[in-house]
Amino acid sequence: MKVYSAYQDGRLTIFLQGELDHHEIKSSVSVIESLIEQYMPRACILDLRSLSFMDSSGIALILRLSKQLSQLGGRAWVENAAGQPLRVIDASGIDRLIRVTAGKEGAV
Amino acid sequence: MNGGNYIKLEFPARSANEALARSSVAAFASQLDPTLDELGDIKTAVSEAVTNAIVHAYPSVLGTVWLRARILDGEVLEITVRDRGKGIEDIRQALEPLFTTGGDERSGMGFTIMDNFMDKLRVKSVPGKGTSVTMTRRIRQKR
Repeated sequence: MKVYSAYQDGRLTIFLQGELDHHEIKSSVSVIESLIEQYMPRACILDLRSLSFMDSSGIALILRLSKQLSQLGGRAWVENAAGQPLRVIDASGIDRLIRVTAGKEGAV
Repeated sequence: MNGGNYIKLEFPARSANEALARSSVAAFASQLDPTLDELGDIKTAVSEAVTNAIVHAYPSVLGTVWLRARILDGEVLEITVRDRGKGIEDIRQALEPLFTTGGDERSGMGFTIMDNFMDKLRVKSVPGKGTSVTMTRRIRQKR
């Protein structure tokens, strides 16, 4: 599991690559939290185009990120979710709370 | 042809083994020629069941998790994940969406996802003795 980021004009984009499960969540969350502390973004986009697998740990991570951003007066959302991660997002129903845009299948 | 085939895995309740467990079951399931979506659903359900055992069953000791996957009637994949941990006091509550005792690293969606992605889900638990989760998924043969 790898975390990449890009920052421009108050928007922090976080790219997750690989498989996100309970084993990986602690280190991913701490990387993401330190990025947020560093940039204090108004918008945080979680880009899942390179995420090949996630389980409900990913749902916890998305909810946590969204809560953090709203505490900062900003907003977080998910972009380019496809394949298995999108199926998990759909099953969880969090797309009713957080904006999720789907990406192209097989873009991973 | 595939009838009666099975695998059994036994591993310490360490989170590093979550990926091994779901990949092993996915490799075993591939003999049923599942679609990518079916394989993804199976991997997800295994990940949830194994993570539950690792996170909740053994709060103070490093326990063991047992996993069995087998093929029934040539087209049904049955997966059982079992521990000898502390058990679940209130199964109905544990099955509720968003209920968790795992803090903000857990979403409380584990059982909801298992239930959604598999055809059948059965949870047996005895407080102080352990928990077993059995789930099945029919993989329809493609022509």
